[in-house]
Amino acid sequence: MKEKKQNEVWKRLKRKKIAVVAMFILLALFLMAIFAPLLAPYGYEEADLSRGLEKSSREHLLGTDRLGRDTLSRLIYGSRQSLQIGIIALTSATLLGVFVGSIAGYYGGFVDNAIMRFLDLFNGIPMFLLTVTLAAVLGPSLRNAIIAIAIAMWPGSARLMRASILSVREMEYIEAAKSNNANVWRIILRHIVPNAIAPVLVSYTMGMGMSVLQGASLSFIGLGVQPPIPEWGAMISDARSLMRSQPQLAIYPGILVMVTVLAFNMLGDGLRDALDPRLKD
Amino acid sequence: MPALLEVRNLKKYFKNPAGTLHAVDDISFDLDSGRTLGVVGESGCGKTTLGRTILHLIDPTSGEMKFDGRNISAPTNKELIRLREEMRIIFQDPYSSLNPRMSVSTAIMEPLQIQGKLSKAEIIEETRSLMDIVGIARRFENAYPHELDGGRRQRVGVARALSLRPKFIVCDEPVSALDVSIQAQIINLMLDLQEERGLAYLFVTHDLSVVKYISDDIMVMYLGNMVEKAPSDELFKSPLHPYTKALLSAIPVPNLRDQTERIIMQGELTSPVNPKPGCRFMARCQYASEECAEPQVLEEHAPDHFVACCKYKALENN
Amino acid sequence: MREVENNQETVLDIRDLIVKYRTTESVVHAVNGINLKVSKGETVGLVGETGAGKTTTARSIMRILQTPPADLCGGEILFHGEDILKKTEAQMRKIRGKQIAMIFQDPMTALNPIEKVGLQIAEAVKLHEKVSQSAAIEKACDMLELVGIPMERYIEYPHQFSGGMKQRVVIAMALACSPELLIADEPTTALDVTIQAQVLQMMQELKNKLGTSVIMITHDLGIVAKSCQSVAVVYAGEIVEYGTAEHIFEHTAHPYTVGLFDSLPQLDSTEKRLKPIKGLMPDPTNLPEGCKFCDRCPEASEECNTQPPEAREITPGHIVKCHHREVSE
Repeated sequence: MKEKKQNEVWKRLKRKKIAVVAMFILLALFLMAIFAPLLAPYGYEEADLSRGLEKSSREHLLGTDRLGRDTLSRLIYGSRQSLQIGIIALTSATLLGVFVGSIAGYYGGFVDNAIMRFLDLFNGIPMFLLTVTLAAVLGPSLRNAIIAIAIAMWPGSARLMRASILSVREMEYIEAAKSNNANVWRIILRHIVPNAIAPVLVSYTMGMGMSVLQGASLSFIGLGVQPPIPEWGAMISDARSLMRSQPQLAIYPGILVMVTVLAFNMLGDGLRDALDPRLKD
Repeated sequence: MPALLEVRNLKKYFKNPAGTLHAVDDISFDLDSGRTLGVVGESGCGKTTLGRTILHLIDPTSGEMKFDGRNISAPTNKELIRLREEMRIIFQDPYSSLNPRMSVSTAIMEPLQIQGKLSKAEIIEETRSLMDIVGIARRFENAYPHELDGGRRQRVGVARALSLRPKFIVCDEPVSALDVSIQAQIINLMLDLQEERGLAYLFVTHDLSVVKYISDDIMVMYLGNMVEKAPSDELFKSPLHPYTKALLSAIPVPNLRDQTERIIMQGELTSPVNPKPGCRFMARCQYASEECAEPQVLEEHAPDHFVACCKYKALENN
Repeated sequence: MREVENNQETVLDIRDLIVKYRTTESVVHAVNGINLKVSKGETVGLVGETGAGKTTTARSIMRILQTPPADLCGGEILFHGEDILKKTEAQMRKIRGKQIAMIFQDPMTALNPIEKVGLQIAEAVKLHEKVSQSAAIEKACDMLELVGIPMERYIEYPHQFSGGMKQRVVIAMALACSPELLIADEPTTALDVTIQAQVLQMMQELKNKLGTSVIMITHDLGIVAKSCQSVAVVYAGEIVEYGTAEHIFEHTAHPYTVGLFDSLPQLDSTEKRLKPIKGLMPDPTNLPEGCKFCDRCPEASEECNTQPPEAREITPGHIVKCHHREVSE
């Protein structure tokens, strides 16, 4: 029964060419992250100072960096950090947001008002500034970068969940469930959330690009992943001073960040169309 | 024998920035098992709120209610749970009253699952027999609401209402969203069920020909007030309240012979926010005069025929 | 089909109209060969249930169907002898609103919520007539008075009007350029019965005053009895019965029309049960080969299953699509 519904979404998603392409790109990125040790020709720390800043050659397909480390290997290992930050940060932000948003939306009144005003506080601060401040206060590390990003991003999903629940809450089937003697938890979990979650799912996918970008940005300004561990943002940062002579060192990780963000957005776009019941034929 | 449902002076007021909205204002009636009370009125007259308030889906502002001899004016949680097993509701819109992510059988069995008295196998069996009773083929068991037409969806709604073997069902415009040929199927189903199970219906609708057909008694509401209540035939034969008369004459009759002159009412429905004490129909009533500004008393004109209009006698003699 | 008794000038003549909706998975046969004539000053009722193809027909006349998915794949719609389906979009813009106007079930969709109603009507006037702003506004005020709204409310916004009043404004806007044909798609379905009575009566009076032809789309036979001279009963994209109101109400012929009347709760009946039409309307993506109604018809025979019935004129002006109705001499 459940499968049928999911199948339908899946079927419609498959019809969107762009979404399919995005899924393949993302799949490739994930496989790259998982099998990094097998794929990378060198270790990410293997430095050969005598062979620094080489152009691409047979041994080093994408050349080497200042310390003579293989760029390709570092890019491959870097995907681990970049994706990890993006996924863990956004997943925790979304879970927290869905939980708080559901409570605000379902109970309404004072609870809703208190939660919403609290969320408004976040609105007053530009998101990246907040992330940077938090990361700086917590101290630079992978874990703290994740926490900082999650804290900055959760109000968005909370707001979205609340709005979505507000519209579902007014539906007659919620009243029907109440007249069936369903208790609050049953109503929230079986009747409201399944019908309200679609927009959050879409924003989760779309937000993933944003989250990866935030992680890369934090690392770029030195507040994220610390050297020598490779991360795309940190790699761009490293390459800053060599921008003129060795632009490829910044371009390669830049392209990867861009492709990742784009792929997540395209998948989110496709998912939104597939989940929208109005587009049902 | 006392009536199955006794409602006395039921009131439901909503506070809003513009003032107090008198959605249901001082409504009293009795309803016996196996009988149908039709509630008619235009949008905003409080008929839907009345049904919801009796089921405690909305808490009443004041008033007394007795169901099956028990006082249900302010039930405890435990009493409320029992109440909602005995009093059920069928909704107007078969599209929004079914959870789009629940299959037909899940929707019908939910009340049974929550009640928790039957085993899993018994619930499945009961669900199937309910589907047979309301006439939904077994092949739709795992179908989702969007795969069904309006008539079948409403049958699911009926099955869900029946599942706990209630004594009383509030029917909130159950057929207004359906096409006439389907509407007739659902009405017949409801009549059959009433006969077999001795159900009492509170049938809320704006469709006067449907209500005449299904009801034993009819209550006419206007802006939260009951303006007239009478046995169905009598109300249509000799309506007393000017509003009832206008309402009845406004029904478009589907034949060419009976095109009597309509009473075209002036003006439109207002909303009952901070109403004045007098007759609420006064502003649109062609017979209105000073005495109508006084509070109107419900008079029993003939046995079971009540009317709240100070001028009805004078009008009747004309 | 046939002209009505009085040999009045024909305003609209729909011939064999076929409309399909194509999606990637299926083809919906929405309108399957509809023939309909509308004379000057006549009100034709288009009656049928949800999904019968009434609204699609109306939207085809206005040429406001989204194509794709809609596909106007056959027939012609002659408006004063000229085929509307062959007009360019620029030509249509001149016809729409000026010569053919449409009102919808929900008045809010036709009104701009942030513009004064008077200006909206004036705008409609100026779109089609070369008049000054002040003349257009004057006309708008006249129209408001005509539909029973005091001129002073000219400067109010749609949200300040009630449902019935909004529908009046929409009617005023539709009639502002004195169109020859007005298509009313369930104009009173969203209104309460007392308001419905007001609006219907007003439409009747206006029609008589302005000589407009009206196509009244509705599912309510009561409204048809009240306001239409001719009636077309639509089922599964076909007109199964057509005739004067008297033909339809007094000499009902097609089994579907009979079934419709029987399904209605009659105010003066003492029957204990209604007589619904059994079953459901056929799936428009998969219509039966023979008569579209045969699955639900109490009189269906072998012939009905295989052979689609022809439209036959059983008495002058009364056309029925049924194998079991003979032409009476």
